[in-house]
Amino acid sequence: MINKMRTSFLATPYAIWVMICTILPLFYILGYALTNDAGSFTLSNLTAIADPVHLKSLWLSIRVAFFTTAICLLLAYPVALILHNLKLTNKGLVVFLFILPMWMNFMLRILAWQIILSNNGILNSILSTLGLPTLHILYTETAVTLGMVYDFLPYMILPIYNALSKINDQVVEAAADLGANWWTTFTKVTLPLSKDGIISGIIMVFVPALSSFVVSNLLGGGKVLLIGNVIEQEFTLARNWNLGSGLSIILMIFVLLSMSVMNKVDDSENGGMPV
Amino acid sequence: MNKFKKGASSLYLALIFLFLYAPILVLIVLSFNDSMSRTVWGGFTLKWYANLSSNDNIMEALGTTIKITLTSSIFATILGTTAAIGIHYMKKRHTAIMLGATNIPLLNADIVTGISLMLLFTRFTPLGEFSVILAHIAFSVPYVIFNVLPRLQSLSEACFEAATDLGATPMYAFYKVVWPEIFPGVLSGFLMALTMSLDDFTITYFTKGAGVNTLSTMLYTQLRKGIQPELYALSTILFLLAFALLLVINFKGSARKEVVKNEK
Amino acid sequence: MKNKFLSLLTIASLSVASLLGFTSCGSDADDKDTLVVLNYGKYIESDVLKRFQEETGINVKYEEYESVEDMYAKYKAGSINYDVICTSDYMIETMRLEDELIPIDYSTIPNYSNIDKDIIEASAAFDPKHQYTVPYFYGTVGILYNTNMVDEDTVSSWDCLWDPDYRNQIVMINSQRDAFMVALEKLGYDINTTDTGELKEAYDLLCKEKSLIYAYLQDETYECMISEDAAMAVCYSGEAAMGMEYNEDLAYTVPKEGGNLWIDSWFVPRTCKHYDAAMKWIDFMCQEEAATENFEYVWYATPNTKVAAHEDAETLADETVFPTKETLSRCKLYEAYDNDTLDYTTNLWKRLKAY
Repeated sequence: MINKMRTSFLATPYAIWVMICTILPLFYILGYALTNDAGSFTLSNLTAIADPVHLKSLWLSIRVAFFTTAICLLLAYPVALILHNLKLTNKGLVVFLFILPMWMNFMLRILAWQIILSNNGILNSILSTLGLPTLHILYTETAVTLGMVYDFLPYMILPIYNALSKINDQVVEAAADLGANWWTTFTKVTLPLSKDGIISGIIMVFVPALSSFVVSNLLGGGKVLLIGNVIEQEFTLARNWNLGSGLSIILMIFVLLSMSVMNKVDDSENGGMPV
Repeated sequence: MNKFKKGASSLYLALIFLFLYAPILVLIVLSFNDSMSRTVWGGFTLKWYANLSSNDNIMEALGTTIKITLTSSIFATILGTTAAIGIHYMKKRHTAIMLGATNIPLLNADIVTGISLMLLFTRFTPLGEFSVILAHIAFSVPYVIFNVLPRLQSLSEACFEAATDLGATPMYAFYKVVWPEIFPGVLSGFLMALTMSLDDFTITYFTKGAGVNTLSTMLYTQLRKGIQPELYALSTILFLLAFALLLVINFKGSARKEVVKNEK
Repeated sequence: MKNKFLSLLTIASLSVASLLGFTSCGSDADDKDTLVVLNYGKYIESDVLKRFQEETGINVKYEEYESVEDMYAKYKAGSINYDVICTSDYMIETMRLEDELIPIDYSTIPNYSNIDKDIIEASAAFDPKHQYTVPYFYGTVGILYNTNMVDEDTVSSWDCLWDPDYRNQIVMINSQRDAFMVALEKLGYDINTTDTGELKEAYDLLCKEKSLIYAYLQDETYECMISEDAAMAVCYSGEAAMGMEYNEDLAYTVPKEGGNLWIDSWFVPRTCKHYDAAMKWIDFMCQEEAATENFEYVWYATPNTKVAAHEDAETLADETVFPTKETLSRCKLYEAYDNDTLDYTTNLWKRLKAY
């Protein structure tokens, strides 16, 4: 038997680290959120979310994050499935092909979308050469959503692909042998078995999409104000750290809430599936 | 029918890759554009590549980026790997606490992590390069832990016990039995930490001090005022370098697998 | 067991935290030969920065910001001690009124004599006794337009920004004060009004405009206009000059209702730790050579009288770069807002963005 007590102490440096760089900062942000600039206790920074401006940007963020996640899922699942069916011996290659774009700086990739989508951009040039009507995409909510889908797609593909590669092929074959057609096999076997991947994909896309402010700054043309932008501007423009912290806490609560909803979905469905 | 399906899936994959790589193509083309403006094609040039090494601003930002990325991801890998081993052998209850805490930076929005760290740092240490490194370690350790832990969990304890029963010291047994098993996890954790750190903007933006610029924060200010075209050149080089590097690692990896197969 | 574990953790983490505090205090010792500079983004030729460091042996930590409000937030955050800052008139006035400025010792700046007396005179608006600032660049806010898409008549009034014929063709300036200035001018109010009713009216007007505009941009405007993505844009004169260099169809005008004249100047904030180095910096910026290089990089009007000798007649006659007396007569400097007005407009601006 490994000496568990002794080995577990390997985690001590990390535990200290977590206290200082994870837990303590949260207390700081909470401290700011619960005080006003005179330093006395207040809840107004939290209730400020009820302000129509904040509510509106929160709602917009939720909408953008929802569409981003949904589109990512719809695009990513077939990709993962196709890649899985290719039965590549070299799985690392797949991961690498999807991570590679990240080595081109994220800011530049978003900039490239500006060039592609602008009124006289590459996309519209192609469309008008083909005799099709041009599109007004850049600096709209659509452009922001597209930018996020682009940025976060790999985070959806990889977990799903991972989950699919863990499925025992014999289970799928068995289903087929028992007479299930492709669709039934997919919905009854493959999909439920890859659910963990889907859920972590959704989480990995939804959370950053909900709080992003850079994509909306660059592709929203200052017209798309997400909750992330509001928070950022409280720190960088309006100098109201307390309000910024308060809204951050609200955002955190929202993230945790959506996470626990996802986990509920996970649990309830797990009940019926002996894995 | 099968052929059709195959064709359709290939087409679909091609479209997705086009979607992922089109912007990169645009940027590579821009790096050869002989014009300061990103919207005017001024003819083909290699001058941005030639000028690159003499552009102090960019070289300094590159240096800072490399320093921050390497320091933070190496440190995060060491911290994360030891932590993962520790956590794995913890009592279940403590494991849950530790994992919960580890999840925080992953689940938290970047902006919240960045701001909370900034609020902390401004109290204790002047903002500068050091604060950025600390922040980067903070958000990349979880990636290492979550890459190493599953490897540990799939590890059969019997092997380790057998080794120690046969007289191996725990250190030796760890090195011979556990390490080879978890190494791929450590490596992928390290690479993930590296990628995350390299690509991070938000957290750096909030925790950096005066005059400290990584490529990301530099780009953010330049994006508005027009980007120095040398940056496209630099990014293209970095991208191709990463491409080559990962290709080599991959082929070496698969070549080794082949050898193992043949030996069997 | 669990309690023991947790208490151990707490003790350990606290001790490390205090250690961290101590070391940081220790390393806080300042380097004598450094200078922390805060300036607008891309507002200096990098060779000038390099030369300054080589010639003086001073190591410069150079930090950039995007908008005036951004600068103020950075300064107020207090986590970095800036030695010398360049920003716009009304913000300098705000900070002067807050007693955040240190007087400049002009005797240590021989090159100050290069600065145009008229501009120093105009600076009295925010530095009445001429003791805190040295002008760096000045310019106007106006409309940059594409002559193929809009005719001169249309852009002679700010009204064109509300013309539905140009839906998705208008770029509005992404700066609180400047955007309100445009709306106030259109309404015929004073650009420095603090009347909440008038400001609210301006806000309503800007809300109406939002559905017509392509984007709120600031420093990207010229790219957008070069590629003809938009027909007209509210922007600064230097931005316009930069755009006109690449696209011959572009032109710049300050509409008849009038606009804003701004003066960006160097000043020394109270956080300054390297006063002598800061003086050397300001002097260097006023140097003939450095000012010329900077001018040829940013294309705003320079208050440095020595630069003219290095420029050709065409540049000097360029009304976009050097506004004419007639244009200047229509332009006004911003005055600092009091805190209430600032908060009020900041809030309106946020509302507009969310609208």
